[in-house]
Amino acid sequence: MADYKTPQDLLYVKSHEWLKVEGDTATVGISDYAQHALGDIVFVELPDVGASFGAGDAFGVVESVKAASDIYLPVAGEVIAINEALLDTPETVNSDPYENGWLVKIKLAGEPAGLLDAAAYEKVVAEEASK
Amino acid sequence: MKQTPLNARHRELGAKMVEFGGWDMPVQYSGIVEEHQATRNAAGLFDISHMARFWVTGPDSERFIQLVNTFDISKTAIGQSDYGIMCYEDGGIVDDIFAYHLGDDEWMVVANAGNAEKDWAWLNQHTAGFDLQLTNRSAELGMIALQGPAAEAVLAGLTAADVVNLPFHGITPATVAGASGYVSRTGYTGEDGFEIFVPAAQVSAVWDSILAAGAAAGVRPVGLGARDSLRFEPGLALYGHEIDRDINPYEAKLGWVVKLDKGPFIGSEALRDIKEHGPARTIVGLEMTGRGIARQGYPVATVDGAELGVVTTGMPSPTLGKNLAYALVKSKTVKVGDEVDVIIRGKPVRASVVKTPFYKSRYKK
Repeated sequence: MADYKTPQDLLYVKSHEWLKVEGDTATVGISDYAQHALGDIVFVELPDVGASFGAGDAFGVVESVKAASDIYLPVAGEVIAINEALLDTPETVNSDPYENGWLVKIKLAGEPAGLLDAAAYEKVVAEEASK
Repeated sequence: MKQTPLNARHRELGAKMVEFGGWDMPVQYSGIVEEHQATRNAAGLFDISHMARFWVTGPDSERFIQLVNTFDISKTAIGQSDYGIMCYEDGGIVDDIFAYHLGDDEWMVVANAGNAEKDWAWLNQHTAGFDLQLTNRSAELGMIALQGPAAEAVLAGLTAADVVNLPFHGITPATVAGASGYVSRTGYTGEDGFEIFVPAAQVSAVWDSILAAGAAAGVRPVGLGARDSLRFEPGLALYGHEIDRDINPYEAKLGWVVKLDKGPFIGSEALRDIKEHGPARTIVGLEMTGRGIARQGYPVATVDGAELGVVTTGMPSPTLGKNLAYALVKSKTVKVGDEVDVIIRGKPVRASVVKTPFYKSRYKK
């Protein structure tokens, strides 16, 4: 069984995105488990800055050789920045999912709710990985 | 989910497993791109035990295969095999198959895993009046493929059979790493390579021997992800994509597999009509020039927005480094060099119609 990184200072959702909250903004990406499960990421599609999404909305797409997968916003908010470097180097999501592989920064539209801490998310991963 | 005899091996090798056609199969080990390149540059080892292996034996076996197959196997000598298609009466496709001529009145038909039950029923449905026996040996035999430029040398070191001189599409009885069965020079990657049929109980030992013997040459286990990208580049059709119940062989550019002059067979009347009038749709190659990857089911339109058809398979080609696709479009609407749009998540993304296949197969003939 591969060992997946789940940094303690982040929050997670079952659909394998992570969230780093700083004041009223948050950075969003996909987890180490998610990038591993997707395989070689060859394409990333991100929303326009200024776009607003509800909690659980699909806001972008990551694609591997085999498939396109929607990525979901864990909380409601407005996009204030996108990681444009990923448009040319999508593989950064594989190599560095929690730092240089971030996807979008959002201005939170409310208090984040229903998120998992690292320990709870690790249980989700362990369950999925054992299937 | 059904498991092949190699299921434990895949897990030991760290494969990511997925459901495919009712089977628990490895989609990748180290990564699709790496496995793809290993097959093109050295050789890849594939578990294809999930495919169906049907024996057709008896005095009418050839006549029976001629009835259900669009190809003419009357010229397929013992020790040879040929690609074929099974059609419905209306010309739609039941499955694509390989028919191996093993001996006097003895044939093996290899068919797709996802169609195995349907094919078995289809064959049994048409045996009336034929003196033959149908035997499903799918579970009894394992099947693995060794594909790529290093395949011949690696396999030659593990068998006394003369695999070096085995002709393209040839099949011979062989004992590989102590297991007795058959070796054929067939595959699904566009590379020279072999398919190996041995008893299910011995397939793991053969698998291990090939990986050990081929390690220095760069032989890697390869999952279904790269199996798809490897068949995609040289333009080998996949059931449920380029061929299907509602797609006929002429639309799929497989008219060369339909031998109307061999005499009547299931679907021959409809196919003759389709050939005379020309197929309604045709498979074309697309290269994305805009930013995006075409995927199966995405609509294809003219740059003015008129509907043309639908993508059947699309992905970034690991060998060519381009985002490529096959699409089934209305006949005589586009030609090589034309620009079209692929509608990706509601947005038109520009593509060029390009020549197929994308990759020239490197068979040893």
